[in-house]
Amino acid sequence: MIINLKINGIEKNIKINPHSYLLDILRDLGYKSVKKGCDTGSCGVCTVLLNGKPIRSCSFLAVRAENCEITTIEGVQKQAEEIAKYITAEGADQCGYCSPSLILTIIGMKNEIKNPTYEETLKYVKGNLCRCTGYEGQHRAIRKYLGVE
Amino acid sequence: MMKRVKVSIPKVDGLGLLKGKPAYTDDLIPDNTLIVKFLRSPHAYVKIKSIDISKAQKIPGVECILTHHDVPKNLFTRAGQGYPEPSPHDKRIFDEYARYVGDEIAAVAAIDEETAIKALREIHVEYEILPEVMDFEKSIDNETIIHMEEDSHSKFEIGFNPKRNIAAAYSMEVGNVEEELKKCDYTVEQSYYTHAQAHAMMEPHTAFAYIDFQERLTIVTATQVPFHVRRIISKTLEYPMNKIRVIKPRIGGGFGGKQALHGEFIVALMTLKTGKPCKIFYTRKEVFESTCSRHKMRFDIRLGADKEGNLKAIDMKGLSDTGAYGEHALTVFMVAGSKTLPLYNKINSVKFSGDIVYTNNVSAGAFRGYGAIQGNFALESAIDELAKKMNLDPIKFREKNMIKEGETSAVFKIMGEGREGVEMYVESCKLDFCIKRGKELIKWDEKYPYKKISEDKIRSVGMAIAMQGSGIPYIDMGSAIIKLNEDGFFNLMVGATDIGTGSDTILAQMAAEVLETEVENIVVYSSDTDLTPFDVGAYASSTTYVSGNSVISAAKNMRELIIQAAAEKFEINAKEILFDGKILKSKDEKHCMSLKDFSTQLYYSDKQKQLVANSSYVGHISPPPYMAGFAEIEIDIKTGKIDVIEFVGIVDCGTPINPNLAKIQVEGGILQGIGMAIHEEVKINAKGKMLTNNLMNYKIPARNDIGKLTVEFAESYEPSGPFGAKSVGEIGIDTPPAVIANAVFNATGIRIRDLPITPEKLLLKIKQ
Repeated sequence: MIINLKINGIEKNIKINPHSYLLDILRDLGYKSVKKGCDTGSCGVCTVLLNGKPIRSCSFLAVRAENCEITTIEGVQKQAEEIAKYITAEGADQCGYCSPSLILTIIGMKNEIKNPTYEETLKYVKGNLCRCTGYEGQHRAIRKYLGVE
Repeated sequence: MMKRVKVSIPKVDGLGLLKGKPAYTDDLIPDNTLIVKFLRSPHAYVKIKSIDISKAQKIPGVECILTHHDVPKNLFTRAGQGYPEPSPHDKRIFDEYARYVGDEIAAVAAIDEETAIKALREIHVEYEILPEVMDFEKSIDNETIIHMEEDSHSKFEIGFNPKRNIAAAYSMEVGNVEEELKKCDYTVEQSYYTHAQAHAMMEPHTAFAYIDFQERLTIVTATQVPFHVRRIISKTLEYPMNKIRVIKPRIGGGFGGKQALHGEFIVALMTLKTGKPCKIFYTRKEVFESTCSRHKMRFDIRLGADKEGNLKAIDMKGLSDTGAYGEHALTVFMVAGSKTLPLYNKINSVKFSGDIVYTNNVSAGAFRGYGAIQGNFALESAIDELAKKMNLDPIKFREKNMIKEGETSAVFKIMGEGREGVEMYVESCKLDFCIKRGKELIKWDEKYPYKKISEDKIRSVGMAIAMQGSGIPYIDMGSAIIKLNEDGFFNLMVGATDIGTGSDTILAQMAAEVLETEVENIVVYSSDTDLTPFDVGAYASSTTYVSGNSVISAAKNMRELIIQAAAEKFEINAKEILFDGKILKSKDEKHCMSLKDFSTQLYYSDKQKQLVANSSYVGHISPPPYMAGFAEIEIDIKTGKIDVIEFVGIVDCGTPINPNLAKIQVEGGILQGIGMAIHEEVKINAKGKMLTNNLMNYKIPARNDIGKLTVEFAESYEPSGPFGAKSVGEIGIDTPPAVIANAVFNATGIRIRDLPITPEKLLLKIKQ
């Protein structure tokens, strides 16, 4: 089947299987920032924004995204760099595999919550797993980004 | 004054990765790559009676199917270790036997994933189901023999005895432990169990291969050991090594899980068979079920002390479960002794012995802190138990008996990894400071042993100490090449394998420090068997120390080359040249030129030449980093749930080359250790099927599973290390299991001796 997807502001008609997941479609289209991690919607590395809110693209059928605005980190490079700099300043990037999804989730949160507190932020990103950092460094970066430290 | 090391700069690759640039293996696959999928054994132990691939072959889009009939029969070990490997050669690409649920039976290469999966379903296998051995305590001399093949072998004596299901064995003794224990006023004797933790790195194992324009086989793979991959693939496939190139792109975490070969064999073979690029991307289920785990171990420990509180004897008798294949069997086991016993070096007698056995469990392999965390949990729990029995403060007992700067341990010389160790005097050891500072930060004196904070909740503290190594002496080799470019910047080519640890960054910092240039002027390229010099890879806490020393030495050589070339240009003696990283001048100031201009002239106009310096380094000792770990926990006695309120780790890693990156290494290690202690539980049913084969059922710590995490470094300087550095990659993971077990005891009087300390386990004991 052919569906219409709007990815980072660009509309595309794409041939997909009805059972294709959004993650695989996006990666096939070249949006390689969207990672594959766990296959069960548990780790969060496949996060993209759907109409501004984070979703797990590995367990989201591509057809459901028809006529929605999909944002990957390729589409918000400037905002991403701003947050990324706080993370790299703490050395909290490590392998980097989960980082684009963490950053995108923070951007999604900013869309939803005006002036989020640190606690609200932690709650918002708690589903984004990371195996390298022990989280503490990421949290130092988030506190500095929010200006609460 | 060091300007570019002991400085926290951002990782050189950080920003690009965080902005989502394509850089990982699966981001780089060529167009029209075939997808490879494995057919895996549904049973724990089978003989394959027949395989029928005729139906599967007819499916349109299926390009190649391989079974044990079609592949080289050579035995190998998947362990990415130096050559000859100390692990038994007991694995084939495909075999007539499958030895665990998830073992490889066949593989399909097809035009897409769906077609490959469809073909797998149409491969019909007739199995003869054999009785399995799941319990590692029943493996030795079991009626079931897991490796019946005649040709499995070890490259040298490691105690390999497959007829008894023994992959390796080890024993050593200093003095006479039996006699010494008899003389002791106090003894403890207990058994401790650790489980087969999963690495759960975020990027699953993945690799692809293609034939390049020069008809060479290129393998791009998420590996910690690119040079070992080249060697093992060449030997196993009997394909000339000079026709193989292995490239390691950016890696999404490894923790030892990628120190073994997994998908590389099959993508290489499929590419050679089809001539087309082929990739494999492990499902998360495959990562759990069909790669490697931590070695499950049991340690029977006996400790003895006199009534003055002097530890006199340690006996550690172990049993280790290597699963279906013997990757890292001997080395991991030996580390359980060699990276714990020297902590207590004032004893008269010490014994360490045991067997590493085959079972039909998932194969065990390398995992951060390998052996050390298992040994540490046992020994550091037992030390607390002995102190308790003697009515001594567990910290004072440790302080009295632990190793100190300037001292040595007989164990250093006796136990290495897979062979003898080396004699070593500890030239940097700030354990005393680590304990003092940790005690302060956790507020030990205020909180020890426990406080009841409500009807149901108790808070308590616990602690433990640990050591690691810095590479394997006389085995681990690292090397570096530095090239001077026009405009005065350098390429640094290293075999060292950055798997997200930041090694590219810290190695660039070291080169910049020696060359007195900015880190931006050092362009790092790592881990490509065609383009970079050799390095054993990312393991054994070796990169900072071993590869770092090679970079320093190469950078010093480059300085010499620059000065020599300037002397030739100025036609004066090299001793007359002054060089501060930017300007080359003669002492009499008659000649003066910037490196920028000088290097450009070297390329184009005057006495042209390319300056290239190189060096290699192999360690002669393995200076241990040390750590004192402390935790405050809260136990809900109604549910048995443990919350870690705070974990404090004070580390002596010598000079932290990049303090931020070093800190994150320790913080990450600590949380993995906490995961091993209380969150992560592997469940396998009686028939060998893993029940915790995804990230929903296998719980790694999430960001709300830890309270405060505090890591500090002791001021320390290791004379043999690069700018005084020791390793830092593994030390963080070692203490949490013992720390938390000790804290649980301090809160409840209940001693949990088998990991993980789950709420169920603790609640059952509380109710008793």
